[in-house]
Amino acid sequence: MSEGTPLLQASGISKRFGGVHALEDVDFGLAAGEVVALAGDNGAGKSTLIKIISGVFPPDGGTLFYQGSRVAFANPQDARARGIETIYQDLALADNLDVGANVFLGREPMTRRFGLPVIDRRRMRAEAAMTLDRLDIGLDRLDRPVSALSGGQRQCVAIGRALHWNARVLIMDEPTAALGVPEQRKVIALIQSLKAHGVGIVFISHNLADIFAVADRIVVLRRGTNAGERTRAATNPDEIVRLMVG
Amino acid sequence: MSTTATVAARQSSRVPLLAALAAARAWLFLIVLITVFEIWARVSFGASFVGNLFNLRSVAVFAVAPLLLAIGQTFVIISGGIDLSVGFTMGLAAIVLAHTVNLATPALGTGAGLLVGVAVAVLASMIPGVVNGLLIARLRVPPFIGTLGMYGVARGVAFLLAGGTTVPVSNAALNYIGNGQLAGFPVVVLLTVLALLVLHYLLSQSKFGQYTYAVGGNRAAAVRAGINVRSVTIRLYVLSAVCAGIGGILYTGRFSAGAAQAGEPLLLDSIAAVVIGGASLFGGSGTIVGTLIGALIVAVIQYGLVFINVEPFWQFVAVGVVIIISVLVDQSQRRLGGGRVDE
Repeated sequence: MSEGTPLLQASGISKRFGGVHALEDVDFGLAAGEVVALAGDNGAGKSTLIKIISGVFPPDGGTLFYQGSRVAFANPQDARARGIETIYQDLALADNLDVGANVFLGREPMTRRFGLPVIDRRRMRAEAAMTLDRLDIGLDRLDRPVSALSGGQRQCVAIGRALHWNARVLIMDEPTAALGVPEQRKVIALIQSLKAHGVGIVFISHNLADIFAVADRIVVLRRGTNAGERTRAATNPDEIVRLMVG
Repeated sequence: MSTTATVAARQSSRVPLLAALAAARAWLFLIVLITVFEIWARVSFGASFVGNLFNLRSVAVFAVAPLLLAIGQTFVIISGGIDLSVGFTMGLAAIVLAHTVNLATPALGTGAGLLVGVAVAVLASMIPGVVNGLLIARLRVPPFIGTLGMYGVARGVAFLLAGGTTVPVSNAALNYIGNGQLAGFPVVVLLTVLALLVLHYLLSQSKFGQYTYAVGGNRAAAVRAGINVRSVTIRLYVLSAVCAGIGGILYTGRFSAGAAQAGEPLLLDSIAAVVIGGASLFGGSGTIVGTLIGALIVAVIQYGLVFINVEPFWQFVAVGVVIIISVLVDQSQRRLGGGRVDE
């Protein structure tokens, strides 16, 4: 790990569903500006782990430290309010609204016109444009509904929104799965620029090429336990696959 | 699904002309319609259709009640729902107004009697709206079924309150609202224009309007963004019911009697106005201006058919056909671009 205090540290996490041990004594750490790929076969416990980190459900055992203090999230909103954001493929955006409206959805700034309170669309667009520029997300027009954007651009807008509201940890579940190759490159490029902004990223993917393109570290889970952890420089795809299948 | 939308979006940028035509289809249709009736009037009667103030006023008055139902319905349809109960909510408000005004006027006088009547009628119209909203938002009853049930309930209650007949009402102020003119404009038309302005502002400029679009565009995204979707949904159906209630009040003023079936034929007209005006029954799109154009189209069709001596029952056929065509156009437009079609 690159820094002394990790941004996020999960220690000894266990989770049972009925008699099934979904996770058993799993450790996971993430530093600011670090991309950690979570690898593992289906049923290895990847999604259970990210659901615990993002507050979907509490762990049965183990502790979660975030920004230096112990935390227990009541629900996903709680985790989001503290800066842990999950980017979902389909739940992210209202297709019929423009980019600015999506970035500000639920938190619209108001202004007054003729003495009446009105939504400040110009400000929403301008601030959304600033955030997207900062992340090098090039969109030619921000005043069209996001349904007019490509899948990769939409993904970028969802990420831009999270960042606009100060996400410190981004959890991305298969962010490139439904995208064409140029679009995948765009998302990968964005992840690299997020690192430079000090965001910690948890990256789940089945695509080893993507994992090796962006991850600093690879944490492999197998049947609910830590199967191994490698820095990217010190490993290769064959070794990761061996760790995954055991 | 997201890949479908992506492909569709790429196609739409290739056919901007077609997309622009589709967006302006309501305006085009209105112009064509007026032109047809104008030609017909000149050829058959040697008179002008649009150049006649009486015709214009009649079309406007024709449009009032369906328009009031339609502007509330616009919000509901944009949110991805539908309100089938509006016709009898209108009737319920009409009956409640007639009874209350009859009771209150002798005691309080004309003005205050009317005010009390209007207040009680608006409150009464809110009841079906609140129940619809709770059913749909809290109990997750599909809007189609919840409001269809409320259609029956409001209908039954309205007829029960009316004693199965119409309730005549006598109040000079109410009569003025229904039949009076101010600076040459019918008061009902002026009040409807006011309602249009208020709802246009609400839909296009307020957070409530923005959340209406968001819920219709992607309910899950709206929930995730922290929007209180339940509260928005309940308010949507209350708004729709209150618009219908106001429709009932103006109806009672115009005919000096409350009738339970006042809004019965208007459900079709109001939904027609909304979908002709460009709102999608899939939710997520629509405007008050579009609905105004849609309501004018419906009114021109209806009045125009009367004007050229076609049997009145053809009006229903014409409006029904126009609804179906509008929905077909909307669907094909969505396949071409603009948004996703859930199949």
